[in-house]
Amino acid sequence: MKANIVEAIQDAMRVALARDKEVVVLGEDVGRNGGVFRATDGLQAEFGEDRVFDTPLAESSIVGVGVGLAAYGMHPICEIQFGGFLYITMNQIASQAARLRMRTGGQMRAGMVIRAPYGGNVRTPDLHSDSLEALLAHTPGVKVVMPSTPYNAKGLLLAAVDDPDPVVFLEPMRIYRGLRAEIPDGHYEVALGEARIAREGQDVTLVAYGAEVQTSLEAAEQLSAEGISCEVVDLQTVSPYDRETVLASVEKTGRAVVVHEAVRQAGMGAEIAAVIQEQAFYSLAAPVQRVTGWNTPFPFVQAEHLYVPGAAHIAQSVRRALQD
Amino acid sequence: MPESFLRPPKAEFPLVRLVGEDGTRLGHSPTEPDAETQTQLFRWMVFGRVFDQRMISLQRQGRIGTIGTIRGQEASAAGLALAMRRTDWLVGSYRELLAYVAHGVAIENVLNLYRGGVPGPFPEGVGAMPVQIVIGTQLPHAAGAALAAKLRGSDDVVVGCCGDGATSEGDFHEGLNFAGAHKVPAVFFVQNNGWAISVPRGRQTASETIAEKAWGYGMPGVLVDGNDALAVYAVAKEAIDRARAGEGPALIEALTYRVGPHTTSDDPRRYRSDDEVAQHEKDDPIVRLRLLMEKEGAYEEGMQERFEEEARAAMSLAIERAEAVANVTPETIFDLTWAAPTPSVLRDRQRTLEDLKEIGEVGKE
Ligand SMILES: Cc1ncc(C[n+]2csc(CCOP(=O)(O)OP(=O)(O)O)c2C)c(N)n1
Repeated sequence: MKANIVEAIQDAMRVALARDKEVVVLGEDVGRNGGVFRATDGLQAEFGEDRVFDTPLAESSIVGVGVGLAAYGMHPICEIQFGGFLYITMNQIASQAARLRMRTGGQMRAGMVIRAPYGGNVRTPDLHSDSLEALLAHTPGVKVVMPSTPYNAKGLLLAAVDDPDPVVFLEPMRIYRGLRAEIPDGHYEVALGEARIAREGQDVTLVAYGAEVQTSLEAAEQLSAEGISCEVVDLQTVSPYDRETVLASVEKTGRAVVVHEAVRQAGMGAEIAAVIQEQAFYSLAAPVQRVTGWNTPFPFVQAEHLYVPGAAHIAQSVRRALQD
Repeated sequence: MPESFLRPPKAEFPLVRLVGEDGTRLGHSPTEPDAETQTQLFRWMVFGRVFDQRMISLQRQGRIGTIGTIRGQEASAAGLALAMRRTDWLVGSYRELLAYVAHGVAIENVLNLYRGGVPGPFPEGVGAMPVQIVIGTQLPHAAGAALAAKLRGSDDVVVGCCGDGATSEGDFHEGLNFAGAHKVPAVFFVQNNGWAISVPRGRQTASETIAEKAWGYGMPGVLVDGNDALAVYAVAKEAIDRARAGEGPALIEALTYRVGPHTTSDDPRRYRSDDEVAQHEKDDPIVRLRLLMEKEGAYEEGMQERFEEEARAAMSLAIERAEAVANVTPETIFDLTWAAPTPSVLRDRQRTLEDLKEIGEVGKE
């Protein structure tokens, strides 16, 4: 079938609900309204109100109830309406979902999926555009998955539903509807913890995930006209991430630029740059560059186009990496 | 022995009304608005209607971002705002924009915000926290500001507002519980407009009313007809006066209805019938107050038209002023992040600006 990213996500939930009756979908406006982005459109009509239901407006309990459901043996898919509201759920995610297995000596687990759209350049109000993956990546016990295409969105979500650990699944709001591609019907999985090479190249490695994969591909295309060959690594799973694929690519190209729209300080770029210098230092021909959001909160709409890395920001850092 | 140890949840919160839907006077209250205040209520409600239409059309033209609609909720907003003193603090959300403006916040503050910029300083002496977007989060702030007013010996009252959906958030319970436990001068005002986007009130809570939740926090509660401006004013005034007198917080549930979509990005046909909306549309709070004023001889010929004209002019002027400035630059964002930046923060700001300049993103004329 042909699908954009939201449709692929919806299809993944439809497949998951159909193949496993322990799967339930819960969140704000996910029932009749089909979610504010229509990710759950039609699911309540198809699977009934016991399987797909609206919760009271309370994010902490959407995740907390999810932990209880999972502990008792269900496979909840919780929707948080916008990624910024994950702040409210941090207690349930970080101190509860992530540690249930540890706390019970492995007897219980919080295998659940927490979906949320993230990212800027969509002219939303306060707290609707934040990218919080680094907070979550700082929380061992929770996997963080960020798809970039219709194909990996569906395959990663189905893998997340089957995964025994809690998975936060951050969906690239900006390209929800922009990309349309052929995806397989029915069930398939894209393995968690594996990166993919989104574009092969020789001169420099761009490491990205989520919506910035598309921006990195755009930059790579522009740079190829200047004779610069970029390899684009799409992490797909941000935590725990696939270091081997990143390192292998950097060993080949000798240069790396990490791209994300989250805050720069203590972001994934810092983590990835640290691992590259620890493990591939002698392959490096230049310092690892970072293209990121600023060290500020996500800005007012009037400045967001400057904050979210565009192809020009990425190309600038690639040229810097090549100068040395 | 009783048949059961369990006591049923008891709900005895009669709907307070002073004016019927057809404008008939149903009762009086010692805290009801005087003649001048009644005219002001009408004026602000008319302003609210014009404001709503203008904001929606600005959004359609791409001049502001997504905006929540307030049609049908004018009596709740105006009744509350006019019962407050200018220095009392209003702590609300995107659905209280009319209350903010009627309380003294400038239309330009609101426009700047929805144009994706810095709202700008509120006019001198107006007590208010910023328009909250994260549902329910403002209620502990209201409790805290009220505690501060008490500790600092001020007689200001803090009014925390939210919608029916927000009453499900932990912050709602924690804020009200704190306010009750510390007996702070706060009033909590819930506009129950029937819906939280697509989720009806009945799905938020099994309790019959929101007003009755007050009991659990040890404070008085009241259910008021939110389309009856006189009743909203009277109830709010009583609660605010009581809080000002040091007698502690109260919870008001104003029963109203969101006639328009949740926001300009919402399609209400997905979750409610046109019939339901039409039913509620019949009870227009502006019409209700006008009918009362006509019956009681308080309505002057051409008053509504005059107020509409005045509102349109005020909106046009504010729009013109707001659109004359794009008030956000990258510098703004850095400068607003820290009140006391360290040298490395300043270097960071500098580096970011230089990077943007290099790729031609700033500094281009
Ligand atoms: C914490 C949080 N969760 C979700 C949202 C998205 N959202 C915006 S308004 C809204 C419904 C609010 O309903 P209610 O409290 O009844 O107020 P109303 O909008 O009806 O005035 C939701 C879910 C949000 N802004 N903040």
